[in-house]
Amino acid sequence: MKIRVKFSKIGAVRFIGHLDVMRYFQKAVRRAGIAVRYTEGYSPHQVMSFAAPLGLGDTSECEYMDIDVEMSISGEEMKRRLNEVMVEGIEVLSCRCLPKGRQNAMAAMAAADYRLSFQEGCGPENPNLFFAGLLQFAGQEEIRIVKKTKKSEKEVNIRPLIYSLDVRDSRIFCRVSAGSVDHLKPERIVEAYCEKAGISLPPFALIVHRMELYAKKEDGSLISLEDLGEIF
Amino acid sequence: MESQDSTARKVRKLALNDNILMRVEKPARYIGGEVNAVMKDLSQVDVRFAMCFPDVYEVGMSHLGIQILYDFFNRMKGVACERVYSPWPDLDRILREQKIPLFALESQDPVKDFDFLGITIQYEMCYTNILQILDLSGIPLSASERSWEDPVVIGGGPCTYNPEPLAEFFDLFYIGEGETRYPELLTLYRKARSEGWSRRDFLRAAGCLPGIYAPMFYEVSYHEDGTFREMRPMESGMPARIRKEIVTDLNEVSYPEKPIVPFIKIIQDRATLEIMRGCIRGCRFCQAGAVYRPVRERSLDFLKEKARRILENTGYEEITLSSLSSSDYTQLPELVNHLIEEYQGKGVNISLPSLRIDAFSLSVMSKVQDIKKSSLTFAPEAGTQRMRNVINKGLTEEDILTGAARAFQGGWNKVKLYFMLGLPGETEEDMRGIPRLANEVARVYYDTVPKEERRGRCTVTASSSFFIPKPFTGLQWAVMYPKEEYIRRAHLVKDAFREQLNFKSLQYQYHEADVSVLEGVFARGDRRISRVIRAAYRKGCLFDAWGEYYDDEKWQSAFRECGIDPDFYTIRERDLDEAFPWDFIDTGVTKEFFKREWRRAMAGELTPNCRVSCSGCGAKSFGGGVCFEDPS
Repeated sequence: MKIRVKFSKIGAVRFIGHLDVMRYFQKAVRRAGIAVRYTEGYSPHQVMSFAAPLGLGDTSECEYMDIDVEMSISGEEMKRRLNEVMVEGIEVLSCRCLPKGRQNAMAAMAAADYRLSFQEGCGPENPNLFFAGLLQFAGQEEIRIVKKTKKSEKEVNIRPLIYSLDVRDSRIFCRVSAGSVDHLKPERIVEAYCEKAGISLPPFALIVHRMELYAKKEDGSLISLEDLGEIF
Repeated sequence: MESQDSTARKVRKLALNDNILMRVEKPARYIGGEVNAVMKDLSQVDVRFAMCFPDVYEVGMSHLGIQILYDFFNRMKGVACERVYSPWPDLDRILREQKIPLFALESQDPVKDFDFLGITIQYEMCYTNILQILDLSGIPLSASERSWEDPVVIGGGPCTYNPEPLAEFFDLFYIGEGETRYPELLTLYRKARSEGWSRRDFLRAAGCLPGIYAPMFYEVSYHEDGTFREMRPMESGMPARIRKEIVTDLNEVSYPEKPIVPFIKIIQDRATLEIMRGCIRGCRFCQAGAVYRPVRERSLDFLKEKARRILENTGYEEITLSSLSSSDYTQLPELVNHLIEEYQGKGVNISLPSLRIDAFSLSVMSKVQDIKKSSLTFAPEAGTQRMRNVINKGLTEEDILTGAARAFQGGWNKVKLYFMLGLPGETEEDMRGIPRLANEVARVYYDTVPKEERRGRCTVTASSSFFIPKPFTGLQWAVMYPKEEYIRRAHLVKDAFREQLNFKSLQYQYHEADVSVLEGVFARGDRRISRVIRAAYRKGCLFDAWGEYYDDEKWQSAFRECGIDPDFYTIRERDLDEAFPWDFIDTGVTKEFFKREWRRAMAGELTPNCRVSCSGCGAKSFGGGVCFEDPS
């Protein structure tokens, strides 16, 4: 049975990198006494996959992990057992069962919601002007940024990857494209704007919080990765 | 256990801000909050103990002793034990620039707020890191300059068997195993604080407890030629000798069932079962083998129970055994078979420590590891039988070649061999014996495995470290060599490897010479060395155990500035009757025994292990362990 686990990551554990979160869950699943399926061989490992890695220092209320279990307990019971063995800052929000043939979290992912806020003392000098400028910037027909890879630099238009952008209470809410092909880190938008407007922010000024990950349905509408699973 | 219920507190505040944590390498080293970390309600606590391993997190977290004491202290009512590790040089710089005091991981509170700072001293090359810990905590480096504003700084671990080079920096040293006297020490501390004693009065009283050494109450004198004369307590009632503490029955002390599981990968990233303490073998170069005498085993039932609980509470996918010589654990087959039967099918790897290569160990190894990938380790320590007799390493060439032949027949084709260079009386023949023996091992592969069954060449990797005489060993009188001589010997061995018939199957590596010489100075140093350590630290020496940070020029200039000749400690010949700075420590094993061992070494005579016959080392006086085993 394929299970999709949704969890949050806030507080000090935001400094735990993606690979270490995977290692953490491999042990957590064992502590919780959940019978997971292992690969064969001398060093068997759990059949486990994660959706988009979260950047170091970012927080989230929508991390997803798919595991393969061999037991029949309810999703509520599984969630309870996992939460008994979690550390502060990581909380399991739901366990859903994935119907056969459904894509894994990473493959299904198409969009993400983020909330960006400023570290204390790191915000813009004139917030009204800053946010008004940002909204205008994001509303342009085209936003070209230089994308650096290990080998080359190329200019890309990120505007089609921004689905929406909004400002409330000095915080930026945006929905952007996510996934293995067109993945946009939301802080790139703010960086591009600052560069264009000649504004310099201190390093690590933005707090990035991920709010939800979505897959695209056949009709083009979005559905959260959680809702792709079924309550069991 | 009281305690862990308070984890529901609000989100912990970190000592470092986001800006710092985003700039440093591996920020997870500094945030604490790992699985099974104990966070007590500090309103219910009256003694706070900061437990420090003075090296980087991944090294310090791998140390079993800290996990044992952390658990031991946190089981005590009213006591909260937290962890402290050395900040890596990137954070070190930031802490100094921004004047942020060093903090403990659990509460993230400054170390200076604690009642005790316990530092485990596992190897000599961490000495400057100890000064870094004190300095960054805002604790005066010299014990004599501290007040009740500072924690009581107490050292433990193997290097405290010669604590003198560090005497100036510590208020107390705990000699021996921590499980026995800490409760008394904490009781004394509570009494001292509630009755308003001076810090000095407390330290004096602590220094009268068994196993506790309070260096500031002792004075040391030297002969005109600079050799050590004597050490005397300056106040009446203080003990002239400090006897090490040991646990006589290891089944009656606590063992951590919920060890901390780090977020990031550490050196020893697995569950560890300590199966016994001490070693029956009596290798004459080995300090651990002498100071942890007598051998004491944990029972099979105790270990089975702990294995189950630890795996349940940690979720570890790997378990291993810890001891100085696991092959000598009397119930090893039963234990290993139990672990394999119980856990191997449940996604737990059984990782075996270096075992003596015999039919049993090869059979279990083939069950638990991928033969194609794993290598077998032998530690002949010396290249000729003559030299192995000098160091009392009972292993013969026949043992090694028979073991290797068995292993090759079983499918292995990688072998590691460990040696020491610069042993006392080492001749060119002994040095050449290293490549010769490695070549023999390779020859056995080509002789025993038919061509069609070979998976390419075999690989024999020999590595050598330079022998460093340690206190409380049969070889504590040995002379060392100048750095250039070590390098010459290593080159001689390296060149001789190229002359071997099977040289294409052989590899040779050797350790750095300069750092070995420095380790030799610290190992048999006295109180005068503390000035050099302080001067080197002031020049920027730190993380000396890390090749990329070791700066021999700074150390040499520190010696010159302090007017101390390192050769005095390393290449000077010591008289058999010379008084040593560490003689005041009573490990139970007598100096007379070590003298006998030195004479036997020089005569090339072997001394049997404790189970073959008792050699009267003195450890029987502890009233337990192998000395009282039924000889049947």
